[in-house]
Amino acid sequence: MSTGALAEPVTRTFRHGIHPAENKDATHLRPIERVPFVREYVLPLSQHIGAPSVAIVKAGQRVVRGELIAEPGAFVSTALHAPVTGTVVAVEPRLHANGKMMPAIVIEADPFSSQKPVPHKVPRPEEMTNKDLVKSVQMAGLVGLGGAAFPSHVKLSLPEKKRIEFIIINGCECEPYLTCDHRLMVERAESVIRGTEIMMRNIGAKRAYIGIEANKPDAAEALRAVSSTESIEVVLVQVKYPQGAEKMLIDAILKKEVPSGGIPLDIEILTNNVGTTAALADWFDQGVPLIERVVTVTGPGIPHPRNLLVPLGTPVSSIVDYCGGLSPDTKQVIMGGPMMGMPQKTLDVPIMKGTSGILAFTDVFQQKIQEYPCIRCGRCLEACPMFLNPTRLAHLAKFERVEQLKEYHVLDCFECASCSFTCPSNIPLVQWIRMGKAMVREAQKK
Amino acid sequence: MSSTTRKHDLTLSTSPFLHADSTTPRIMAEVLLATVPVMLGACWIFGVGVLLVVAAATIGAVGTEWIFTRASKKPSPLRDYSALLTGVLLGLILPPGFPLWMSFLGGAVSIALGKLIWGGLGQNVFNPALVGRAFLQASFPTAITTWAAPSQGVLSVSDRLFSVPMMQAGADTVSAATPLGLFKFSSEFTHVSQLFIGKIGGSIGETSALILIFCGLWLGFRKIFDWRLPVSTLLSVAVFSSIFYFLNPEKYPSPLFMLFSGGLLFAAVFMVTDPVSTPTTIRGAWIFGIGVGVLVVLIRLFGGLPEGVMYAILLMNAVTPYINHYTQPRQFGGPRKRWFEAKAQ
Repeated sequence: MSTGALAEPVTRTFRHGIHPAENKDATHLRPIERVPFVREYVLPLSQHIGAPSVAIVKAGQRVVRGELIAEPGAFVSTALHAPVTGTVVAVEPRLHANGKMMPAIVIEADPFSSQKPVPHKVPRPEEMTNKDLVKSVQMAGLVGLGGAAFPSHVKLSLPEKKRIEFIIINGCECEPYLTCDHRLMVERAESVIRGTEIMMRNIGAKRAYIGIEANKPDAAEALRAVSSTESIEVVLVQVKYPQGAEKMLIDAILKKEVPSGGIPLDIEILTNNVGTTAALADWFDQGVPLIERVVTVTGPGIPHPRNLLVPLGTPVSSIVDYCGGLSPDTKQVIMGGPMMGMPQKTLDVPIMKGTSGILAFTDVFQQKIQEYPCIRCGRCLEACPMFLNPTRLAHLAKFERVEQLKEYHVLDCFECASCSFTCPSNIPLVQWIRMGKAMVREAQKK
Repeated sequence: MSSTTRKHDLTLSTSPFLHADSTTPRIMAEVLLATVPVMLGACWIFGVGVLLVVAAATIGAVGTEWIFTRASKKPSPLRDYSALLTGVLLGLILPPGFPLWMSFLGGAVSIALGKLIWGGLGQNVFNPALVGRAFLQASFPTAITTWAAPSQGVLSVSDRLFSVPMMQAGADTVSAATPLGLFKFSSEFTHVSQLFIGKIGGSIGETSALILIFCGLWLGFRKIFDWRLPVSTLLSVAVFSSIFYFLNPEKYPSPLFMLFSGGLLFAAVFMVTDPVSTPTTIRGAWIFGIGVGVLVVLIRLFGGLPEGVMYAILLMNAVTPYINHYTQPRQFGGPRKRWFEAKAQ
């Protein structure tokens, strides 16, 4: 691997957390490859947090790669662009990774097209006010590429009388197996730095930190090599899950706690994923909206694990086939990371903006380890990065004690699943807590 | 859609899709493994007869759980090794020449009254092995304070083991007082080096500080238990006994004597580390250990009994639900809390 950076003592981290096996060796040295274009692309109108996008194309209409095909449906919503040149064949419900049939734009690629994206005309970001930049980023379709898919422009919009002092760019990639952000930092360091500079200048932040887990020293070195400004600091943090959670990364780098129930803006901080940051640079420098992303395809059930640059809407089955198909003993396929990802029943679902990985597992641990009674060992309390009491919350959820769930701050849980991972009795703690959160939200609606 | 993927029947479950290596049976098994050096040491100190005492307690414990699980159609009692561990731990805190039938009875009571009536594994308030020990202490006060002298040869098996109910126990045993008994009733101090090796009177597993420290470090480094529990217990005893020792070194024993004598080290490694009957919260673990230490020092120095570890732990077990309640963690980003404050305000 790389040199130099390894010698640094890495002390920064958050409190609590877990150490799952990293399992990144299969792909962390594999350069990003572009997958060949396929026939059909499915673009769900809802692939981000917030209101769905609104389709502006009809069946039969010809679209060019990069062309706007759906507009934001609200402020917390974003645009969608054609990932390929071809013909819209339908706007109809299609299978979404969440298991439901959701409205989607279906495009058949033109096999004779060069598939060169048509660049949009984007003004220079240096000349933009915050309002203009926010509008522009929304029209670029940018969302958080770390997995949550929260529309980026919402974070970038500075409410009146608020300011951002620090920007933290998140290159932790703490989920085991995933290496898409790692490769992106190594191969596209300039874009990450450029995106960071654009945000800093527009928002008036005085300093930016790029937080990277210490298992990616080559990424840190690549970024340091291209960064010319003192005000962007590349910081190594300890390898620990969930270091990539924004609250944990802020705590590790700045020793500040985002208030319970609050967002980083409350303490004058903006966080963004490295992939999002690079995509922001692509938009402003080349006029290319978010039409493709890096996806790590790996796991014991994948014969040839790879990091792939995939147009949005590509069927998962085609990129799995590109990596050698599923091995015969595959039992489970996950979209996203192994700690917070979503399992899939079929591979007939499209890659979306938030899809960081496709993992194929040959074992399902729930089928191997049985559930035992809670022995009150307290391991879940020591794992919980939010300092909650998972075993208690799970118990309260089981008995539907809504008031007590609130008192025990169930809504502070962001479902990192460290508790379930660590529970020696294999109690589905985070699963119970999710139900507890839903109960509290339901009660609050009334 | 490829032909290769259609053949797979993919499993749906919810995240996470990874799990740590440690499981409840494995934790119990590792603690059981850590009792092996203790048992071997006891064989060397008191003779192999001690294994019969441990075996009798274990059979009592596992047998009781087996009958219960058969009657209530619960899964196999041996699946999590917890009944096995309770039996072994009870055996190790009995005197070396303890009659086997009493030991068996103690094992049965440990599980029946210590665990099952509370609702089984994870539900009991008190440490089951100590419940069994307390029962035996109340029922057979003479037998449980008759300490066989060490060094009767590794192969020695005391006749007293085979005494039957309602009969006077055989009087062949060369008995010896425990170091704490000598201190309490004769004001004699046993040298710490003897306590360290363990060729002294005492319960089967408790006499050799050397072996117990080794087992404790091993379990601690393997992260089998919460290190705060033994550390706070021992620190608490050291600090509070030091206060008395410095006030009057002739009357009160040295902190080293307090740490290495009696059942304290055994309890620190195998009893206060029982997850079920001790606090789950981090601050709670410290409070529990400090409480045990204070009670041990008070009972040993001022109580009627020479040893107080068992009652100290049982008393702290009783307040553990309250400790948990008052030491709930402050949520990340929440307002700073006082050290000891109820969650529900």
